[in-house]
Amino acid sequence: MSEILLLLISTALINNVVLIKFLGLCPAMGVSKSMDAALGMGLATTFVITLAAGASWALEHWLLAPFELGFLRILTFILVIAATVQFTEMVVKKSSPGLYQSLGIYLPLITTNCAVLGVALLNVQQGFGFVRSLLYGFGSAVGFTLVLLVFAGLRERLAHARVPAAFAGAPIAFITISLLSLAFMGFSGMNIGG
Amino acid sequence: MIAAILSLTLLGAALGLLLGIAGRYLAVEGNPLNAEVEALLPGTNCGQCGFPGCAGAAAAIIDNLAPATCCPPGGKAVAAAIAERIGLALDLSGVADQGPQIATVSEEICIGCCRCLKVCPTDAIVGAAKQIHNVLREACTGCAACIERCPTEAMSMRPVPVTLQHWVWPKPAFA
Amino acid sequence: MGFMERFVSKLGSHWGVHPDDRKRPAADAPVRRMPMPARLYVPLLQHIGTAARPTVLVGQQVLKGQPVAEPQGMVSAAIHAPTSGTVVAIGEIAAPHPSGLPLAAVTIEADGEDRWADLVGASDPFAIDPLEIGKRVARAGVVGMGGAAFPSAVKLTGSLRAKIATLIVNGGECEPYLSCDDRLMRDRAAEVVDGIRIALHATGARVALVGIEDNKPEAIAAMSRAAEAYGEIKVKPVPARYPMGSEKQLILTLTGREVPATGRPSDVGVLVHNVGTLVAVREAIRFGRPLVSRLITLNGGAMRAPGNIEVPIGALVEEVVAFANGFKEAPARLLMGGPMMGMQLPDLRVPVVKGTSGILALGAAEVAEREPAPCIRCGSCVRACPVGLLPLEMAHRIASADFSGAVGLGLKDCIACGCCAYVCPARIPLVQYFNHARGELAARERAKLRAEAARKLAAARAERIEREAREKAEAAARRKAERDAARKAAAPATTTEEATA
Repeated sequence: MSEILLLLISTALINNVVLIKFLGLCPAMGVSKSMDAALGMGLATTFVITLAAGASWALEHWLLAPFELGFLRILTFILVIAATVQFTEMVVKKSSPGLYQSLGIYLPLITTNCAVLGVALLNVQQGFGFVRSLLYGFGSAVGFTLVLLVFAGLRERLAHARVPAAFAGAPIAFITISLLSLAFMGFSGMNIGG
Repeated sequence: MIAAILSLTLLGAALGLLLGIAGRYLAVEGNPLNAEVEALLPGTNCGQCGFPGCAGAAAAIIDNLAPATCCPPGGKAVAAAIAERIGLALDLSGVADQGPQIATVSEEICIGCCRCLKVCPTDAIVGAAKQIHNVLREACTGCAACIERCPTEAMSMRPVPVTLQHWVWPKPAFA
Repeated sequence: MGFMERFVSKLGSHWGVHPDDRKRPAADAPVRRMPMPARLYVPLLQHIGTAARPTVLVGQQVLKGQPVAEPQGMVSAAIHAPTSGTVVAIGEIAAPHPSGLPLAAVTIEADGEDRWADLVGASDPFAIDPLEIGKRVARAGVVGMGGAAFPSAVKLTGSLRAKIATLIVNGGECEPYLSCDDRLMRDRAAEVVDGIRIALHATGARVALVGIEDNKPEAIAAMSRAAEAYGEIKVKPVPARYPMGSEKQLILTLTGREVPATGRPSDVGVLVHNVGTLVAVREAIRFGRPLVSRLITLNGGAMRAPGNIEVPIGALVEEVVAFANGFKEAPARLLMGGPMMGMQLPDLRVPVVKGTSGILALGAAEVAEREPAPCIRCGSCVRACPVGLLPLEMAHRIASADFSGAVGLGLKDCIACGCCAYVCPARIPLVQYFNHARGELAARERAKLRAEAARKLAAARAERIEREAREKAEAAARRKAERDAARKAAAPATTTEEATA
């Protein structure tokens, strides 16, 4: 039980995909203007990452390893991820047209969100079992959602601040997220599980 | 080689099949946003936006073919409502909202031809043949459809005069 | 009291500010009566609600107290001639408002006789039915004289229906410089008490609490003496703190009950009336006299002779100031009302209205005009806000045009008291932000209603066009049928004709 908790904390905070591993920066910058969109994006990505982590484990262990097709790993993973994203898109479009509209191009772009592929590949690299793979994927996704929400909250406030013209818009957002990244580096001091 | 081709083909086919089934169950008829955005528009079908009626404009806005600010009679209020509904960030400060306008008739030029009454989408112009027409201030939406119909150029758009009830405190210049 | 309660009560007790009240020496000077000016400009909208509709014609003779305009709609008030004379114009006058926009007004040229119309008073107001009192107050055009100018009759009859238990009499007068209510309570305490008793009768309330700030000891003494004989009227000194005279704050202080954010005082069984309003109610019931004059305070460092003056409604500020010996220096700022919530006047040619509590001419020394600086998020405004809002956050949102965000933070609960702007060390015009946002929101609301109305009109037009087409088609069909019938009827005739031929 404590191992599960440690795995979740480790993936969500200490090895945060966005701020420590610098994966998935495109949606982190793109869909963090409002809390609502950020939450929607975070939930959609969580769904995709968790599902992809499970599916990639299955692919690796039942298809790629037995038939020695390791060179097809990225190709097959992308295929599975793309299918999952397509499915997610359908669900979002059906259940929440407003969210679908506000996520816009970033929803299909989850396919190319390197956090998704990165998590799947890291799973294989570290040789996790099925449950641990799922947890690793879920924890990373929670970390992604957390950063998206925190950053969206900051940017909502930033929108009301008087930023010097040269820094307005993306520059100040980059400065903010780098400060956030520095703050998350503080978690790496937490020495858990060796 | 064979195994690789086969496995990828099978995988692709299986996923495609699954998605096809899912697509059938999760199909969305039309865009439900269309009706909602159309309800936000004035609904007079005046055609100032250049689309066939408000339904056309709503579809165009959702498909990103037109900005949320494309409705002149709606002004800032409608633009803000649409932007909020479809989750667009909208910078209204740049929108040249010259304020609400209404049509007025110059009595000395009007010949009472009744052409303007026929095009008014809200029946805001009253008059009869050979009688000077007049615009009902409350009903005019400022769509300007009547302006080019007038053979004597007696119709013109004028800003609605600001009254005490409509006066708004200016935003402080600072910040 | 538990820890949390103590903590919360500590939190809530910080509200408000303590500005230097500067009420004296104006408050101690005896009341002067302004002679009737030659012309009076009586605006048709002196209250919250719909403007009154004029009932007189140009050239018509009117007597003092004769109605010149009748109320329109539910929330409105009648307007009366402040003196006898001739209506010379029904036109426009600059409004006593920072915008200086024109306001519809009846102009009356005084004939100098100041003759009252026939008025019907009541020797025993307590024999009149409470509803009838409401009607008489409405006929007299009485509005709240504390500044908001809400029609009093609407409040009186409303609270009769709401079965309120307590009448709160607002003698707070928390705005600095103003002292007209103070003067009224000192000089005419018996009349105020009589007004309170009439209002108690009209509303069915059992007790009346008179809240007077403790910086007016003379008024407290006079009112206590006058109310001695009546057990149901209790004079309660309240700490001098701005905005004690605000309805919700006074209720909280006197009864300990808090009016809900979107609610009204009647929700906690309370009705609040200003002392000036109650005197006007008494005049209307006892003597049938409508509200045609009021006591206003002239004060400020630039005023030569500060004091309280009885002024007819419709007199120009220019003439009132001239009567009070004018200015001793060029005023740095001209205000109608108090320094915290008053309206900055664009010029002096504006009329005194029913809600005018004072005219302030502030000297250069009193107006610390400083350029606003950036917000340092010190939170002074949060501590000062009597409603418990976050003025700095609301202003930030309004500055970036996020009005719905500001509403989410409670913009609609803001009473625009000005405490936040008063304490702001950066001199940010916070209240102007809130006023601006409210105006913009109201404009959007109006635009929405307009769009809805336009949609209905468009639908009606579509229906009309369809109906006309249908009627045309029906008419055509009928004509065709008639023609056919006629032809059929004619056809046998022709055949017989042919046969005979």
